[in-house]
Amino acid sequence: MKTHYKAAAIAATAWLAASAPAMAQSIDERVNEIFANSTGWFVNFIFSPFPGTTFPWIVAWLVIAATIFTVYFGLIQFRAFPHSIALVKGDYSDPNDAGEVSHFQALATALSGTVGLGNIAGVAVAIGIGGPGATFWMILAGLMGMASKFTECTLGVKYRNEYEDGTVSGGPMYYMTKGFAERGIPGGKAMAILFSIFCILGALGGGNMFQANQAHAQLTNVIGDYPGWITGVIFAGIVFAVIVGGLKSIAKVTEKVVPIMGVMYVVTALVILLMNANMIGWAFGQIFEGAFTGLGVAGGMVGALIQGFKRAAFSNEAGVGSAAIAHSAVRTKEPITEGFVSLLEPFIDTVVICTMTALVIIITGQLVSDPETGLYLLNEGGSAIQTVDGNSGVALTSAAFSSAFGWFKYVLAIAVILFAFSTMISWSYYGLKAWTFLFGEGKTTELVFKVIFCIFVVIGAAASLGPVIDFSDAAIFAMAVVNIVALYLLMPIVKRELDSYLSRLKSGEIRKFH
Amino acid sequence: MSQKIVVGFDGSESGRAALTFAVEAARKNGGELLIAHVLEWSPYSFLTPTELEERHKRRGEELERAEKAILAPVVESVKASGVAVSTALRYGHIAETLISIAKEEGADQIVIGRTGHSSLSSRLFGSVAGSLAQAAPVAVTIVP
Repeated sequence: MKTHYKAAAIAATAWLAASAPAMAQSIDERVNEIFANSTGWFVNFIFSPFPGTTFPWIVAWLVIAATIFTVYFGLIQFRAFPHSIALVKGDYSDPNDAGEVSHFQALATALSGTVGLGNIAGVAVAIGIGGPGATFWMILAGLMGMASKFTECTLGVKYRNEYEDGTVSGGPMYYMTKGFAERGIPGGKAMAILFSIFCILGALGGGNMFQANQAHAQLTNVIGDYPGWITGVIFAGIVFAVIVGGLKSIAKVTEKVVPIMGVMYVVTALVILLMNANMIGWAFGQIFEGAFTGLGVAGGMVGALIQGFKRAAFSNEAGVGSAAIAHSAVRTKEPITEGFVSLLEPFIDTVVICTMTALVIIITGQLVSDPETGLYLLNEGGSAIQTVDGNSGVALTSAAFSSAFGWFKYVLAIAVILFAFSTMISWSYYGLKAWTFLFGEGKTTELVFKVIFCIFVVIGAAASLGPVIDFSDAAIFAMAVVNIVALYLLMPIVKRELDSYLSRLKSGEIRKFH
Repeated sequence: MSQKIVVGFDGSESGRAALTFAVEAARKNGGELLIAHVLEWSPYSFLTPTELEERHKRRGEELERAEKAILAPVVESVKASGVAVSTALRYGHIAETLISIAKEEGADQIVIGRTGHSSLSSRLFGSVAGSLAQAAPVAVTIVP
């Protein structure tokens, strides 16, 4: 283990030394350049389209998987929905387990890792490129993704490691190794290693750099322009204090404020929708029409579909495997119950929150269309729809909300920073779990990862949106490539658990406590 | 008639006053005492991933600490005074849990101190004494 640590430390030092002369240039530009050059090949591979089309294979991969799980488990996301709510409420929780991790807590923690910038900035990117029609595909992908989440979280709990001291570790790397062994399938260990590598990259990308980047964008939007590395260093300092210094108070405050912010965000969106109630019908008309015709966006219907699916996957992480890590700590005798609870996650994240963002952007008229043809006008490069003030990403969402309430951009800035922060804390944990799976547990090994994580916060804040968002997507989707293969191979186990549980629920063997 | 008294005890000054009162009451009419310590807990709170991972371990530690530091010392002294005593150690909402203990044990009375540890939060969310006074199925004595 020592050698790994040393190698990583040397690499980190070398990297820092290499970037020092960059002070002469703008630090931002230099970081950007190194970043774009070193990650381009990876991004190109993940997003390469099917030959002769513009349809990335990875998007098809996720949607096909979600469809297969939906069919295989017989529309479980709709059948089990009421039971999922009862589980979260604690109707089936043994009172003697009070003080253990409840279903609600596992769900809330997993949600605070997923609800974040994807819901605010990501949706704006999707709508900005794919038009209102992207919303339709996003909701559809969210609904189907519920079945993927159900599958992975059930397995996460079933094959978690419970250590003697009472702590638990779970996630795809554990169901790959233990589940494959149980079914007599070879290659579990190799897949687990591959998954862990991608998980570390995902933690540094979507779970870190994307967050830092968008938080900085929002800050400059409110305060005025200043170099990204300043935000990066401040953020890195706070993250360091929490994950290395063990400063629980900051994490505790965030964990409490984030749900309040989430509720406030949805309520504000609802108020804006009610203020424009007469346009809601029109907005849904745009969404449906755009979904099948594209309404002039780049790539037409396929363009809208790709954007919608991509953003849904990036926002709710269904099939990615990260949630399986977060949900593993729950106290339950029935792994399937956590599967039921976890299927609410894409629903809340994508079907509710993302849709709110999309509707507000559409209804407040941020997208510029040709009054005669009704088609959307593209910007100069032809890559995205023209917006009223030329905004994209989080700035577009901010402009949409601010057009109704001027003060909202300050609230949104705080929300973005807190969401970014809580997502970083969650992903630092997912990344750490993958890291310790590879290199073993131990204080030094863990510290190395945490320091690398903090360095990437600075890089993320300094790099411009393009390379960061591409790399973030690529890393997260790479996790899904490995994870979904494992889910296919292990889904009969979930099916068995499901049938057994449902029959016992019917026979009354599993009863309500409350 | 023999009485069963549930006394809510948190180790604080006022908890101690409640206990003294309850011991006295039990001795007078030959009743028995159940000392209940409730660890404040809501299944609807928010935790970080690391806290989730360690929850089961921490719970064990918290129970052990409460047993050793809060319950054990007073049980000895109550026993010495000749009153039959048992204990209950649970997680939950304090007032609700005291009520359910009283119901399960068929207690005749609940005795608590007026203020526990955190007076600020009780001002915000209502005190244990207040909730018990409103919801308890048996007589409640609040000791100042």
